[in-house]
Amino acid sequence: MIEQNLILILIGLPFIAALITASLSVNSHTAAAWVSGLSMAGALAVLMALHDRIVTGEVLRVTIPWVPSIGMNLTFRLDGFSWLFVALVLAIAILVVIYASYYLSRSDPVPRFYSFLMAFTGAMVGMLISGNILMLVVFWELTSVISFLLIGYWHQGQAARDGARMALIVTAAGGVCLLFAMLVLGQIVGSYDLDRVLAAGDLVRGHRLYPLVLGLFLLGAFTKSAQFPFHFWLPGAMAAPTPVSAFLHSATMVKAGVFLLVRFFPVLGGTELWFYAVTGTGMATLLLGAMIALFRHDLKGLLAYSTISHLGLITALAGIGSEGAILAAIFHIMNHAVFKASLFMAAGIIDHETGTRDMRRLSGLIRFMPVTGTLAIVASAAMAGVPLLNGFLSKEMFFAEAVDWHNGTWLDDAMPYLATISSIFAVAYSLRFIHTVFFGPAPVDLPREPHEPSAWMRRPVELLVLVCLVVGILPALTLGPALNLAARAVLGPDLPYYDIAIWHGFNTPMIMSLLALAGGTVLYLVFAARIAEGPEGPPLLHRIRAQKIFERMLLALSWKWPRALHKLTGTERLQPQLTIIVVLAIVLTTATLWQTVQITDRPRSNPFNIAFALMWVVGAACAIGAAWQAKYHRFAAMMLLGGAGLVTCLTFAWASAPDLAVTQLLVEIVTTALLLLGLRWLPKRREEIADDKLLPARMRRMRDLGIAAIAGLGMAFLAYIIMTRPLIPNVGDWFLRNAYYEGGGTNVVNVILVDFRAFDTFGEITVLCIVGLTVFALLRRFRPASESRSSPDQQKDIHAANLRDYLVVPSVIMRWMFPVMIVISAYFFMRGHDLPGGGFSAGVTLAIAFLLQYMGHSVRWVEARLTVLPIRWMGVGLLIAGATGVGAFAFGYPFLTAHAQYVSVPLIGKVPAATAMLFDTGVFALVVGATVLMLIAIAHQSLRSARLREQEASEAAAEAASGPTEREAV
Amino acid sequence: MEIVLSTAIGILTASGVWLLLRPRTFQVIIGLCLLSYAVNIFIFSMGRLTPGAPPIMPKGGFINPAAYADPLPQALVLTAIVISFATTALFLVVMIASRGVTGTDHVDGKERDE
Repeated sequence: MIEQNLILILIGLPFIAALITASLSVNSHTAAAWVSGLSMAGALAVLMALHDRIVTGEVLRVTIPWVPSIGMNLTFRLDGFSWLFVALVLAIAILVVIYASYYLSRSDPVPRFYSFLMAFTGAMVGMLISGNILMLVVFWELTSVISFLLIGYWHQGQAARDGARMALIVTAAGGVCLLFAMLVLGQIVGSYDLDRVLAAGDLVRGHRLYPLVLGLFLLGAFTKSAQFPFHFWLPGAMAAPTPVSAFLHSATMVKAGVFLLVRFFPVLGGTELWFYAVTGTGMATLLLGAMIALFRHDLKGLLAYSTISHLGLITALAGIGSEGAILAAIFHIMNHAVFKASLFMAAGIIDHETGTRDMRRLSGLIRFMPVTGTLAIVASAAMAGVPLLNGFLSKEMFFAEAVDWHNGTWLDDAMPYLATISSIFAVAYSLRFIHTVFFGPAPVDLPREPHEPSAWMRRPVELLVLVCLVVGILPALTLGPALNLAARAVLGPDLPYYDIAIWHGFNTPMIMSLLALAGGTVLYLVFAARIAEGPEGPPLLHRIRAQKIFERMLLALSWKWPRALHKLTGTERLQPQLTIIVVLAIVLTTATLWQTVQITDRPRSNPFNIAFALMWVVGAACAIGAAWQAKYHRFAAMMLLGGAGLVTCLTFAWASAPDLAVTQLLVEIVTTALLLLGLRWLPKRREEIADDKLLPARMRRMRDLGIAAIAGLGMAFLAYIIMTRPLIPNVGDWFLRNAYYEGGGTNVVNVILVDFRAFDTFGEITVLCIVGLTVFALLRRFRPASESRSSPDQQKDIHAANLRDYLVVPSVIMRWMFPVMIVISAYFFMRGHDLPGGGFSAGVTLAIAFLLQYMGHSVRWVEARLTVLPIRWMGVGLLIAGATGVGAFAFGYPFLTAHAQYVSVPLIGKVPAATAMLFDTGVFALVVGATVLMLIAIAHQSLRSARLREQEASEAAAEAASGPTEREAV
Repeated sequence: MEIVLSTAIGILTASGVWLLLRPRTFQVIIGLCLLSYAVNIFIFSMGRLTPGAPPIMPKGGFINPAAYADPLPQALVLTAIVISFATTALFLVVMIASRGVTGTDHVDGKERDE
């Protein structure tokens, strides 16, 4: 039990530290460093406490159920391999925290840095000890995301932003591949549990989906570990602060890929496919990375490519997969992390103290910083593989595997040569690093005067270099047991104990090492001058920049191709879009109904009524006339539209739907008024548009006529089919039976609206409210087209005196009608529950009453006498409706449950008093508000443009500096 | 009688769709209005035609649903009328505003040859 809690502490501590540091004030540099450092130390202590259990070969597990239905548990699992890796991560993290506290400047937002760093450590630890392969991917992606944030820490710089983005795109895309791989793997195995997956190697390798899983898995691992051809993001990531480069991009995160390769070797490895893919990629990366590193002028660039090369070496080992190779791979992961982290820190010190990382400008620094110089020289020697240092040991093991292990393929035969060549380059670039920076003449013209850094900035480097030496001299005593433990955790408990010795005799690997040392030295001595003058890359190869290719691909994928596709398949024009929508609707309806509808044998039908038929002759004529005239004769079209609307209204009345008839009639009036107000702002169209007579326009019209005819025929056919079928009993019957008993009203339609389906109505009035506000908002910033700005022709040649008497008789009638209409509105409202009417028709009636006043008089006249606050009406209405609904809660009923009862009112008699009535009041108020708001908003436009005209005129007059008489004339 | 009303629905739909496909905003508005008539009558006709049925029920007592018009389509259409009014108003204002902004009353926001 105690172990399980310790594991949870181990994974929780970094995240808690991240939260704490994130909430620190931006200036609390020291506090953030202490919190981070102590939490790392605490986690490391926890890890050490677990060592006793691990050392027996036991696998510690802890499981927290998370989404059990899909087999997703928070499972953590610690074995020898992950223990060693976590120890590495935490140890380097502590050193990086110390280093960073001296490296970062006072002006940087340091707590943010530590917060990211801690979150990264947590994600990394989580990835390493995940016992569930899906969770592993989650932590894996988390490391990518936090790496993005850390690379972009100095987000003011373009390079940092580009590097961060590139790293994220490459590694996260790999992560998606890995997710797919894990999903398929989980399906094959039947479990996402890591233990079961690791035990199912034979099943997986024999499965027909094995190549797919392997491909996706390797894409994930290779992108993370910067393997060729995905290596290019790593040099770009060097825009990050150096502690980040040291921690993420050399020691830990990039090792996640090779960690995965080693971890999953028992499941996926051991096949020829695995060997070719993994070792092939690894060897290519090893060679290319080493070659390019030699030609980089930037210190961190050299180290980045060297990292790529070393990752290639580890990958190649994982591809070989023999017992010795896995052990060597784990050993090199450790060794590389140690010497490369120290080198990055040294590079950071050099950058920090001199102001440049360009090796062509640096020279002779050993005079100014002897201690740092010595440390860097030792670390570089480890990188080059000089005997008695840790890098030498794992490199020798790699050579030994390259020479001794055989599977008879050409790649296997070529490996010793490739390894030696790349090693020659490694020696050469290590030598270049040391020679150009620390030896030679004193530097000139550096941004800063070089000197030794503060002692604590150097301490982490000192410690790491000490580890290089100790491990290099006494491997068996220091790392040996832990390495064997880790290798056993990967390959199984039967693995014999490997003794790591520094002297194996004068064998082939030794010769290869010596050859590399000599060859590298010669190579550097011969070409040093030329490299310094040359471009940043090997001859010819430097022209092919993977980064450029990536950027071009990104541009094509995210910008050019989508645009082209959009241009090809889409349009910004509304007219074709509408055509497509209509055609699609016709096609889909036909496809759905094809062969499912048929005319019934005994059609239901009402006797033919000549009046009704004649009425619709008129209605159809109106509709067709409106369609015909809408382009050039808008006013006529509008009147015809009104005619069609009236016939519709009469149809409702004829077919026993008085409520609909009333509503339709009222809405018809308001719509017509609205359209009339809008007509004013449309362009004049008196003469024919020339293009209309041409063939293309005619073709378009013929096509549209065809579409319209098909749509009309279809609708007519469908309507006929359904109307002639007998009515099956439906929910309408229930409404009829219960309207009076449950809803307390005899007008079923109204009861449905305000009681049974009140929630729908609530939604509907909300829509109306939104539309009203949108109309209002749109018109507030309305600017009319220039030609509509002047006053209409009708108002121009009329004397002011005539204008005063304009519409004088109708306006008086309208004024007298105002109270009458208010009464009608009230009448509609009160009777709504039992007779046709209701809140909606009452509301529209009242709105029409207001509208009449606006029409009969000028806007100013009305508003001087009558204050309508439509927005308030709307708000109050919505509140009343909502409050009625909420009121039902008070009685323990669901939202909008209504209560009905009849009460006697003196003089009037019995009236229905349902809570639905209250709701209807809300509907009423809102409808009044919304309708009036829309109408007034449009009507005010005339007023505004008139005001605008006046303003312009007075400005013009003022500019002319004319006399008072002229101004009066205006 | 059904044949008359379904023909009417067809003609309203055809006129509406024709106008919907036209280039001028005003045509499209009129088209939408006509189309909404057609759709409203269509929905209404789903409850079949029952001319002469009493629209209001007695207070209490047994109700024979067959003697009344189907109230459900009516309630739906009542909502539809309101919503189509709202959309017409909204589209009208969009039309006016777009005319002010683009200087044309073409639905594409620019004349065809531009």
